[in-house]
Amino acid sequence: MKLNPPLPSTGATASTMGTEPRNVVLSRSPRQLAWARFTRDKKTVVAAVIVGIYVLLAIAAPILVALGVLNPYDNNQDLIANDSLPIGAFGGISWDHPFGVEPGLGRDTLSRIWFGLTFSFAIAIIGSFFAMLLGVVFGIIAGLTGGWVDYLIGRLIDLTLAFPQTLMLLALSSTVLGILTTVFFIPEGDLARAAYVILVLAVFGWVGVARVIRGQVLSIREREYIDAAKLIGASPMRRWFREVLPNLWAPILVQGTLILPAYISTEAALAYLNVSVQQPTPTLGNVLQDAVRYPVADFTYFIIPVLVLVILVVAFNLLGDGLRDALDPKGSR
Amino acid sequence: MSTPLLEVKDLTMHFPIRSRGLIPRTVGHVPAVDGVSFSIGAGEALGLVGESGSGKSTTGRLITRLHEPTSGQIIFDGQDIAGWTPRQLKPLRRDIQMIFQDPYTSLNPRHTVGEIIGAPLEIHKLVPKQGRLRRVQELLEIVGLNPEHYNRYPHEFSGGQRQRIGIARALTMQPRLLVADEPVSALDVSIQAQIINLMKDLQKEFNIAFLFIAHDLAIVRHFCPQIAVMYKGKIVENAPREELYTNPQHGYTRSLLSAVPDMRQAVVGGRRERIRYTGKEEVVTTTER
Repeated sequence: MKLNPPLPSTGATASTMGTEPRNVVLSRSPRQLAWARFTRDKKTVVAAVIVGIYVLLAIAAPILVALGVLNPYDNNQDLIANDSLPIGAFGGISWDHPFGVEPGLGRDTLSRIWFGLTFSFAIAIIGSFFAMLLGVVFGIIAGLTGGWVDYLIGRLIDLTLAFPQTLMLLALSSTVLGILTTVFFIPEGDLARAAYVILVLAVFGWVGVARVIRGQVLSIREREYIDAAKLIGASPMRRWFREVLPNLWAPILVQGTLILPAYISTEAALAYLNVSVQQPTPTLGNVLQDAVRYPVADFTYFIIPVLVLVILVVAFNLLGDGLRDALDPKGSR
Repeated sequence: MSTPLLEVKDLTMHFPIRSRGLIPRTVGHVPAVDGVSFSIGAGEALGLVGESGSGKSTTGRLITRLHEPTSGQIIFDGQDIAGWTPRQLKPLRRDIQMIFQDPYTSLNPRHTVGEIIGAPLEIHKLVPKQGRLRRVQELLEIVGLNPEHYNRYPHEFSGGQRQRIGIARALTMQPRLLVADEPVSALDVSIQAQIINLMKDLQKEFNIAFLFIAHDLAIVRHFCPQIAVMYKGKIVENAPREELYTNPQHGYTRSLLSAVPDMRQAVVGGRRERIRYTGKEEVVTTTER
C-alpha cells in the first residue's frame, strides 16, 4: 500500500496568501487526505460506482422515455395469458422486455423500474434536501445559542420522535393533500401526493440531522482554536464562517448520504401504504407494491424490483459509511 | 520599578450554577477565582502554580478577557480593562496574547499554518496583503520551523511543532504580555525543554512579559523568577523563587513542594516525608520589591 501517493499541492493556499509560492512543498490538505483514504477503501469505491450508475440511470430515464426507448405506460395485452400472468418463462423475459412484463397489463418491467427510479430519486432527494436544510439550520441554532432556544428545539425534537408517525401519516394524508391542493395550489394527483411524501420525509427526517449537527457545533464551539480566534480579535461572523463552518461540511455530507437511501426505502414503504405517487406513474415503491402480490405466481417480477432497491440502499449506505471513515477517521479531531 | 505592565487587583470570578430547564435560574456560584491580586512588570515572568481546579487557568483567561470577571481590576498599561466591551478590546488584542495548553485543539485542522499565523495580520490589517507571506515565514523561522511549510496543515506536524505554531500565532502581533496556559504539559518531556527554551529566548529578544501557568514546579522554577501559588481560587503565597523553594511559608506550598518526586531520595532509598495540606492558614506573601 502506498502511503504517500504524490498529489499536486493546492494552489489555493498560495493565492490566499497573496503571493506566488516560492518553493512549493508537497503538502496535503484534509480534503486530499480524505480523498486518499476514500480511494484506498475498495468497498466504498465499488459502492460509489454503483451509486453513480444508479444516478446516471435515473437522470437518463426521462430522456429515454421521451425518445420512446422506454415504454413504462404501454399495455401489451398480447403478452399476457388468460390467467393474467405473462406468457413465457421467467415473467415473459425477452429481447424486447429484458426484465419481463407486468402481470395483468403487460407493461414493460424494465421501463417501469427504470423510470420509477427517477421519481423515487426525485422524491428522496428533494425530501432529504429539506430535511437536511431544516436539520442543519435548527442544529446550528441550537448548538450556537444554547439556553432556552436550545431547550425548545430539543423538546421539539423529542416531540417529533415521540409522534406515532405511520399512523398519523395515514390518517392525515387526505386532509393534508386537501390543504396542499387548495391552499398551496399544488395540482391534484401525483404532484400533490409527491409533495405530501416530501413533506412527511422533511418533517420527520430533520430531527436526526439536527441532533448530529447540534452535537458537532457544541463540540467545535468549545475547541481552543475558537478561543484563539477570539483572542486575535476575530469578529463573531468570522469565527463562525472561518472557524466553525469548515468543520461542519464533513458531518453534513455524511448525514446526507445516509439519509438519502433511508428515504428511498421510506418512499417504497409509503407506496405500499398507498400514500405515495399512484399508478400509472411508476416509482420504485409502487412497482414493488404491485410486485409483492406475485411472490409465487411470477417470482421474476417480484424479485427484480426488490433486488434493484436492495442494491441501491446497500450501496448508498456503504458509501455513507465509507465517507464517514474517510472524512472523520478519528471520530472527531 | 515603575508602574507594572499588568496589575491585577482583587480579581474575582464566580461561575454561576444554573438549573436546567426552560427558564434556567442561577442556583449558586462556584468561586473559581476569589480575590486574586498580583502584578507583572514589562518583560518579567510570573509563574502561577497550583493543583487542578485551583483557578489558575481561569485567572489566565480573565486577563486575556476570554472570561468576564465578576469583580476586580485588570490594569494593563495603566488602563482598567476588566469591564471593556469586545469593540474596546480589539486593539488591545495586539498586546495580550495567549499560548494554549493543548496543541491539538488550539489549531483549526481546516486551515493551513500560513492562514493560522497570518489571520491576526488580516484581521488587524497590520501588513499589506503582499507582505503577509513574508511575515508568516519570518515568524515560522523565529519559532524554529521551516518557513517553507506555511502551506501545510496542522495534522502534518508533531505536538511540539504544533505548539511552536501556536507560539508563532501569539507572536504575530508582537504582544507585550503572553499568558501561557500550561504550554508544555501536553508535550513529551524531551520536547518540553525545547519549548521552554524557545519561550525564554523570545522573552529576552522581544521583551515580552509572561504569565506562566503550570502545575509542574520544576518548569516554573526554571522559567519564572517570581512565583505565585494558587489554592482554591486564592493566591496563598507569592514569593521570589529561591525563597519559595528554600523557605516556603504557606502550608499548601510546603505540601506542593513535598509532592515533587526527588531523585536523590530515590537513590538513597526510603521515603521522604510527604506533607499533606488540610487546614486553613494565613496567606503569606513575601516579595522582593
